[in-house]
Amino acid sequence: MKTYLFVKAATATADAPSPVVPKVGEIIVGLIAFSILFLLLKSKAVPMFEKAYAARTSAIEGGIEKAEAAQRAAESALHAYTAQLNEARTEAQEIREEARVQGAAIIEDLRGKAVEEATRISAAARASIEAERQQAIASLRHEVGALATELASKIVGEALDDHVRQSGIVDRFIADLEKSEK
Amino acid sequence: MAQPAFVPPSSSDFFFNPAFGSSFLATKPVMLVMFSVILIAAFFTVSARKAAVVPSRLQFAGEMVYGFVRNSIGKDVIGEEYQRFVPFLFAIFTFVLTNNLFGVVPFMQFPTMSHIGFPVSITIFVYLVYHYVAIKKKGLGRYLKEMCFMPGVPKAVYVILAPVEFLTYFAVRPLTLAMRLFGNMFAGHLLLLLFTLGGEYMLKSALFVKFFAILSFGMAIGLSFFEMGIQCLQAYIFTLLAALYIAGALADEH
Repeated sequence: MKTYLFVKAATATADAPSPVVPKVGEIIVGLIAFSILFLLLKSKAVPMFEKAYAARTSAIEGGIEKAEAAQRAAESALHAYTAQLNEARTEAQEIREEARVQGAAIIEDLRGKAVEEATRISAAARASIEAERQQAIASLRHEVGALATELASKIVGEALDDHVRQSGIVDRFIADLEKSEK
Repeated sequence: MAQPAFVPPSSSDFFFNPAFGSSFLATKPVMLVMFSVILIAAFFTVSARKAAVVPSRLQFAGEMVYGFVRNSIGKDVIGEEYQRFVPFLFAIFTFVLTNNLFGVVPFMQFPTMSHIGFPVSITIFVYLVYHYVAIKKKGLGRYLKEMCFMPGVPKAVYVILAPVEFLTYFAVRPLTLAMRLFGNMFAGHLLLLLFTLGGEYMLKSALFVKFFAILSFGMAIGLSFFEMGIQCLQAYIFTLLAALYIAGALADEH
């Protein structure tokens, strides 16, 4: 192998150094070179690679965590909605019940009022009928008296008129008639 | 056409004169090591800079290497306490891998880890780290006791087992760790040299020999891909063993 830059030290085998005996200089170079490499890799490369690994791990874990959080949020929202729905249902039930009760009460109330009104109306009617009847009776009595008197005076004579009226005979007669009718 | 006899490549091909001046710091392997530090640090600093959740292509490429060391080596082998060793393992893997791959990169074409001094220097760190971790966690006494006297073994066996275990922890492990890497890279490079130099030599020879040069170069190309695999594998093995030693140091009992 020809190397122009690095010229072989010895061509004769005899004066070549033994390959298994390490050169102290090379050991020292090796020690220093390896130390430098170790320190450089330890300070520059390894922490950054580890950082990338950690970032990747946390990115994955963060994603999972985020998804879990979202799921938890969704679940709690669902719970909330269900609870609200149940509440609304109960409320609606209550309102319906109340309305029913109220409706019944209103109907009852109205019925009471109607009955009362009917009673009142019928009472008023009865009173007015009674009053009319009384009036009719009074006027009838008066007219019947007048008629009877007139009739009697036509039969008996003229003079009876005042006297009969004064004595109230006619009235008493009619009253007796009513009594016997009853 | 008279040609000198073929000189097969040897260990002498692994040693270079300084490119300038006379300091060994200017030799090819040392310069490649320094270049690798700049290259690795620059690449991973730039690719990691944004630390984006959705990575760019560059960040993705950097993360792939980092994630491989962090998860497949660090996390799987060390377990619970892996994170504090990740930078260390990451530096080992990238350093070894890059320097190994220099063996097949055109114009560099030299695996720096075939110079045993470099595997040794990383091994020194691994050695220090796993002993330090164990002593800090268990205390020296308990560490040595657990190391030499593993439970569940008949007492007589300890006569052999204790020294073997002791040697494993203090001599065999570091030696094999450094030698394995060095040996693989050295042999691989030698093999590539053989086929390349051989092809070059045959190309200068008589006409019918030139034909075999093609085969030789073909082998060199094929082996380059094979070497690439070995270079990656050795970087992985080195890092894996470092992690295993650390894991053993942290384990309560082995």
